[in-house]
Amino acid sequence: MSIDAMPAPAALKRPRRRVNWGLITTYVIVILVTLTMLAPFIWMISASLKLDRDVFAFPIQWIPENPRWENFVEIWTKIPLGLFVMNTFQLTIIVTILQLLTSSFAAYAFAKLRFPYRNALFLAYIATIAMPWQVYMVPQFVMMRGFGLTNTLTALVCLQAFTAFGVFLMRQFYMSIPDELCEAARIDGMSEYGIWWRIMLPLSMPAISTLTIFTFVTTWNDFLGPLIYLTKTEVKTIQIGIRMFISQYTQEYGLIMAASVVSLIPVLIVFLALQRFFVEGIASTGLKG
Amino acid sequence: MTETTTQPATAQPPTRVAVSRRWRKIGNLLTAYSFIAPNFIGFAVFTLGPIVFAFLLAFMHWDGNNPIEWAGLDNFFKLFRDRVFIASFWNTIIYTGATVPLTLVCALGLAILLNQQIFARNFFRTIAFFPYVASLIAVAVVWNMLFHPEFGPVNMVLYTLGVDPKDLPRWAAGKDWAMITVIMFSVWKNMGYFMVIYLAGLQGISAELYEAADIDGATAWQKFWRITLPQLGPTTFFVSVMLTITSFKVFDQVFMITQGGPGTSTMVLVYHIYNEAFVSWDLGYSSMVALVLFFLVLGITLIQFRLTRENEENLA
Repeated sequence: MSIDAMPAPAALKRPRRRVNWGLITTYVIVILVTLTMLAPFIWMISASLKLDRDVFAFPIQWIPENPRWENFVEIWTKIPLGLFVMNTFQLTIIVTILQLLTSSFAAYAFAKLRFPYRNALFLAYIATIAMPWQVYMVPQFVMMRGFGLTNTLTALVCLQAFTAFGVFLMRQFYMSIPDELCEAARIDGMSEYGIWWRIMLPLSMPAISTLTIFTFVTTWNDFLGPLIYLTKTEVKTIQIGIRMFISQYTQEYGLIMAASVVSLIPVLIVFLALQRFFVEGIASTGLKG
Repeated sequence: MTETTTQPATAQPPTRVAVSRRWRKIGNLLTAYSFIAPNFIGFAVFTLGPIVFAFLLAFMHWDGNNPIEWAGLDNFFKLFRDRVFIASFWNTIIYTGATVPLTLVCALGLAILLNQQIFARNFFRTIAFFPYVASLIAVAVVWNMLFHPEFGPVNMVLYTLGVDPKDLPRWAAGKDWAMITVIMFSVWKNMGYFMVIYLAGLQGISAELYEAADIDGATAWQKFWRITLPQLGPTTFFVSVMLTITSFKVFDQVFMITQGGPGTSTMVLVYHIYNEAFVSWDLGYSSMVALVLFFLVLGITLIQFRLTRENEENLA
C-alpha cells in the first residue's frame, strides 16, 4: 500500500523516503474512532458548564462562551451529593479490602494446601461464576430483609465482598508461583500464615492490582444492587443518587451533566493510575466481576 | 502439589510419631480451613444459599409477607400466558443476536487498528477502553440527551444533512428504534473491553506466520482471513461466550434509556424479573423467569462449547 517517493538526499542517512498511505489511512481511522468514543464525554463536560437552555443549542458549541462553573457548586447543595459520594466511597473501600483479604486468603489454601474436599469446594466457586446474579437476586434480597439489612450499606458489602471471581483470579495467579518457594519457607519453620503474608502477597501484586480495579470499578458503578436495596436518601450511592436527581430535576440539564461528570472522576483517577495493570489483568484472566 | 504431612520420620518411637502425625494432620487441616473460612462462609451464605433458594422459590407462591405456598408448576404454565414475558424473552434474544456480533466485529476492528505501530498507541487504547469503566448512569444520561428525538444533537445533525423532520428517528421513544438505540449504546460501551482481550490474542500470533505470508506475496486481506482470523479462534470463542452471557443479563441500560418501553418493545428478561419481584411482589413467579434466564445462559454456553469443539476437530 506504499508509494515510493523521490530518494532523499544521502546526507539525511535515510535510504528512501516513503509516503506510507496505509499508515495515513490508519491514523485517519484511529482519530475518527477515538472522536466517536470521546464525543459523548466531551459533550457531557461541555454541557455541564452551560445554562440549561444552552445545552441543546445547535450548532453545538463545544467550548461554552461563558462557562458556568456555578453548576459544579450548585449540585452539592441541591442534592446531598457529598453524602452520596461518601456512601459510595465507604462501600467501595470496604468491599475492595474485604474482597482482597478474604479471596487471597482462600486462594492460598486452594492453590498451595492439601485438604479433604478441596476440589469440591473449589468447584462450588467455579460453578457460580457463570451463574448470573440476576437469577438469585430476589431470594438474596428476601434473605437480607430477614436479617434486617435493607437500606444499609452492609447488605451491599455482603453481596459483593465474597465473590467467586476474586477467589478464582487469585488462585490462578498463586498456581503460577512455584511450590518450592513455600516448601523452602516451611523448612525454615515459617507458618502457613507467614508464607501467605511474607511470600505470596508480595509476589502477587499484579493479581492484587487487577482485583482491586475490578472490584473498585464494579462496586462504584453498581446500579441494580443499590437500586433494590437502598430506598432511603441517607444511604444512597452516587449512581442511584444521580438517578434520583434526574427524576426530580428533569429539565436542569446543566446540573445533571455536572453531577455525571463528578460521578466519573473517581473511576477515572483509579483507572488512569492502575490502567496498565487493568489491561494486563484482562488479558491474562479475560474475566470480569 | 505439595504434601505437607509426609515428612520423613526419624528415629523416634513409632507411637509418638503416629500421635504427633495425627496432631499435625489435624493442625494442617485446621490451618487450611481457616484460610478458606472467611471467604467461603460469606460465599455460602450470600451466594450458594440464595441460589438453592431461587430454584425452590420458582415452584412456590410467595408475596414476601404471607406464608409460602407450594405452587407446583403454576408458575411455569404462567410463563406461556404472560405476554410481557414472551415479549421480554424474544427481545432478549434479539438484543443478544444483534449485540454479540456487532460488538465482536467492532472490538476486533479496534484491536487490529490499535495493534499497529502508531504514535500514542496506549493513549488511543485507553480512550477506547474508557466507556467500559465509565459509570453507566452518567453515560446513559448523556446518550439520552444526544439522541433526544426533538432537540438532541444527533437528530439535529441528521436534519441539517437533509433528513426530513418526519423521517427523523425517534430513537428511545420510537417503537422501532428503541431497541436499536439500546444496542448501539451497549456496543459503544462494551467494545473497548473486548478489544483488550483481542489485543492479547493478537499478540499471541507468531510473527513468522506473517513473514511467511509476505514471502508468498499475500495481500493484507488474505493475511487477515487466512492467518489472523483462524489464529484468533479461541479468543473469538471466549469473547462470544462472555458477550452472550452479558447480553442475556442486560438490564441497566434498558432501565436508564427506555424503561422497557415504548410498550414492551425493549422489555428484557432481567427487567421482567425485577418488575415481577420488586413491583408486583410475585417472588415465586419472578424466580421462575430467573430460571428461564439461567437455562438460556447455560444452554447457549453449552452449544457454543460444542460448536467450537466441532470446529477445532474439522480444522485438525
